[in-house]
Amino acid sequence: MAKDSIQPRRLPKDYKSEVKPTWCPGCGDFGVLASLYQALAQLQLDPTKTVVVSGIGCSSRLPFFVETYGFQTAHGRVLPVATGIKIANPELTVIAVGGDGDGFSIGGGHLVHAVRRNPDLTYVVMDNEVYGLTKGQTSPTSPLGFKTKSTPFGSADAPINPMAWALASGVSFAARGFSGDPKQLAELIVEGIQHPGFAFIQTMSPCPTFYNTFDLWRARIEDLPPDHDPTDRMQALAQAFRDDAIPVGVFYREVRPTLESHTRVSAHPLKKNGPEFDVRSLLETYR
Amino acid sequence: MFVETLLLRMGGESGIDNVISAGDILTLSVARSGYHVHTFRTYPAEIKGGPVMFQLRAGVRPVPSLGDQLDVLLAFNEEAWELHHQALRPDGVLIYDLGEHDAPQGFNGVTYGIPLERLARDLNLRKGKNLIALGALCSLFGFDFQELQATVKEKWGKARPEFVESNRIALLAGYQWVKDHIQEEVPYRLAPPDPTHEPELVMSGNQALVAGALAAGCRFYAGYPITPASDILEEMARRLPGLGGAVLQTEDEIAAISTVVGASIAGVKAMTATSGPGFSLMQEMLGLATMAEVPVVVVNAMRAGPSTGMPTKMEQSDLNIALYGGHGDAPRIVLAARSVEDCFYQAMHAFYLSETYQMPVILLTDQSLSHRTETVPMPDPNLVPVVERLRPSPEEYASYRRYALTESGVSPMAVPGIDPTPFTATGLEHDEYGAPNYTPAMHTAQLDKRGRKFEVVAEALCGIQPPLGCLSYGVPEEEAEVGVLAWGSTAGVVRETVEELAAEGYPVTALIPAVINPLPAQRILHFARNLKAVIVPEVNRSRQFAAWVKAHTELPLISVNKYGGLPFTPAEIRAKIMEFLVTRPTKELAQEVTYG
Ligand SMILES: Cc1ncc(C[n+]2csc(CCOP(=O)(O)OP(=O)(O)O)c2C)c(N)n1
Ligand code: SF4
Repeated sequence: MAKDSIQPRRLPKDYKSEVKPTWCPGCGDFGVLASLYQALAQLQLDPTKTVVVSGIGCSSRLPFFVETYGFQTAHGRVLPVATGIKIANPELTVIAVGGDGDGFSIGGGHLVHAVRRNPDLTYVVMDNEVYGLTKGQTSPTSPLGFKTKSTPFGSADAPINPMAWALASGVSFAARGFSGDPKQLAELIVEGIQHPGFAFIQTMSPCPTFYNTFDLWRARIEDLPPDHDPTDRMQALAQAFRDDAIPVGVFYREVRPTLESHTRVSAHPLKKNGPEFDVRSLLETYR
Repeated sequence: MFVETLLLRMGGESGIDNVISAGDILTLSVARSGYHVHTFRTYPAEIKGGPVMFQLRAGVRPVPSLGDQLDVLLAFNEEAWELHHQALRPDGVLIYDLGEHDAPQGFNGVTYGIPLERLARDLNLRKGKNLIALGALCSLFGFDFQELQATVKEKWGKARPEFVESNRIALLAGYQWVKDHIQEEVPYRLAPPDPTHEPELVMSGNQALVAGALAAGCRFYAGYPITPASDILEEMARRLPGLGGAVLQTEDEIAAISTVVGASIAGVKAMTATSGPGFSLMQEMLGLATMAEVPVVVVNAMRAGPSTGMPTKMEQSDLNIALYGGHGDAPRIVLAARSVEDCFYQAMHAFYLSETYQMPVILLTDQSLSHRTETVPMPDPNLVPVVERLRPSPEEYASYRRYALTESGVSPMAVPGIDPTPFTATGLEHDEYGAPNYTPAMHTAQLDKRGRKFEVVAEALCGIQPPLGCLSYGVPEEEAEVGVLAWGSTAGVVRETVEELAAEGYPVTALIPAVINPLPAQRILHFARNLKAVIVPEVNRSRQFAAWVKAHTELPLISVNKYGGLPFTPAEIRAKIMEFLVTRPTKELAQEVTYG
């Protein structure tokens, strides 16, 4: 803390790295990145104590553009890697990011387990309902009948509902934002980071190159009703299943014990604050 | 007759005869009275019911293998006789449950009927049959009864103090019944233990491996249950929290290796262990650890494959996936533990290498090594340095490059929350700072960097001595005619056979490396330089180690392969060596045989 007080206040641009984003012009992920800079600055997070972790995809390029520690892992593995980082050093702020293919298809098996363990992570999924990096195939959130190069006769698979999925798995914080509204999204990310537990933030982030949904979504996006009770999981689920609109805001919030309150490396080896251990005392028990 | 080693097997019904727990307690008490021990056990595939077997080999000298024919078979039921009588030597000793089962027919050795079940019933000790049997064995074979009583009291009394008295009565009942009813001497009795020999530790390969990992500073473990690696997870779960570490049972093996990679990036020495099916799932993340240069230790306790294979049977068939499992140019360090004791040292070694060179290290063990117990001299943790990875120094902060193209290939690795030098690690090809970079020059330079590390490892490992380096047995190489080159747990049976043959005067030698990649090829060539034949025994069909050695040395090798799910026996190794031996020992030499 003492160190922080002599630090000049960090601005959003201070979190920008020297690596220039490689995204197509107009990509929704720019909005998400801007919101993240905003959120990091608002919370004055220390770049040396923050790790942005991702999988693989256009959206998963994001860690390179942020001047914090980062780790772009393998396709679909962002959540278990982020969980390992958090357990190893609970003092770190760990932000996981990725796409809908990364998080709900190849990495889908990890989502429910991360959610039920409730590590104190923030998971920002940039949902564009398409595979961007591999150039436009159908994704687990693409609409039924979606025509792409991999589904020339239309996709036969019904889309999953990520918000309902996370809520039904027992997520302790769930929000949805829109990359076309970076101000609101920044607030949601701030709330997610502040939430003590797993924060799931579905971000509607269009891919103008392969599935331009900007206008479609803008027309359908609206705030959650003012009387929405974010402590009521059933109400949140009802909102998640709405098909008349795409509601945004905080769907659900609950405080329950985190993974690290039970499972964590309490004595970080590099801080050398662990108990003295001589393996011979353990070996002696085998006599 | 006094014998140097005694091989005793107990067979019974899982969940009824408590064969395994009886075997473990007998093993410990025999070891405590100064003998060397080596156990082997098989479980049924079912959880409850089905035949179980426990085998104890005890000796006044080290017993590195499970031995050949049984000297003693204790059959708790008829099925055990059916299953195991072929393994019993014709002049061996058979013990069966008198009154419950008929004396087995067609056996010409010594047979003793002992009313185990009836004694238990008379004493109202329903679960006491196994202890009655242990008391009887003690009496028959002259094991130290006081030691057995003390061991049972110490090991079982703590958990169930209410049974201390009934356990004592059961042991005594079996012991006394034999004293009262069997006057004749048994044909085999173990020679008295060497009084100068300090009793050693008795542990399993998995237990030794966990101890080695903890000694090396491992403080995070993630795993998904799988035979025969599950008890590494369970042992870690018991030990790590008390050391300020953590254990996570993940949803699958991909998550296990992923969390381990995450914990390591955050500066904690981390490990996972699995068996074939799980190891197959880990390949992509091992590639990431190679590319992003993250130290991780992955244990593969091999079992018979492919696919689910035979989960409770041993095989050495995962060398190829360990060496070649990943895509891309990604050399991996592969170690193979050779004994229970070596599980301790190689676990420490694996952490030493992965932290020093910032890359994954794969440690191979197998089902027979994981679960068997052995006497182990107190390991010396100081024989393997405990290291921390190279991190940026304050002078390097200003111009920090995580993947700097250094001469050794090793570049300082900053740790989030510890070092003030953020960078982004990645599985993409990258420049010195870690930013994605696909230029031909950079890919070449970074591949060379990662490859250079591997060459540096090879050089550093060249000439390392035991316990980490190659083990040699038998006559000196320059005097030998036939050599055996083995790997992994086959080491034990090779050691025993070659030492025996050498003692009998045969010019036989053996070399057993622990580091499989980078292979100590020069050492192997040196070993083979004067040999007429080099025999490579391994428990797989596809000659994986022989092919690997041949690729590096072009030596003509004689493969001996066994692939039924069981380890080699000394007789099998001996027979193969004899095929290639021309020189026979002189008479005088042959008579000089003494076992040290
Ligand atoms: C194991 C594996 N399979 C496939 C790929 C190829 N791949 C890379 S990104 C991707 C999907 C990207 O879609 P999404 O996660 O939605 O992210 P976006 O690019 O749309 O941001 C695929 C299939 C890969 N890198 N690894
Ligand atoms: S392909 Fe789509 S998701 Fe990828 S950068 Fe371009 S616009 Fe963004």
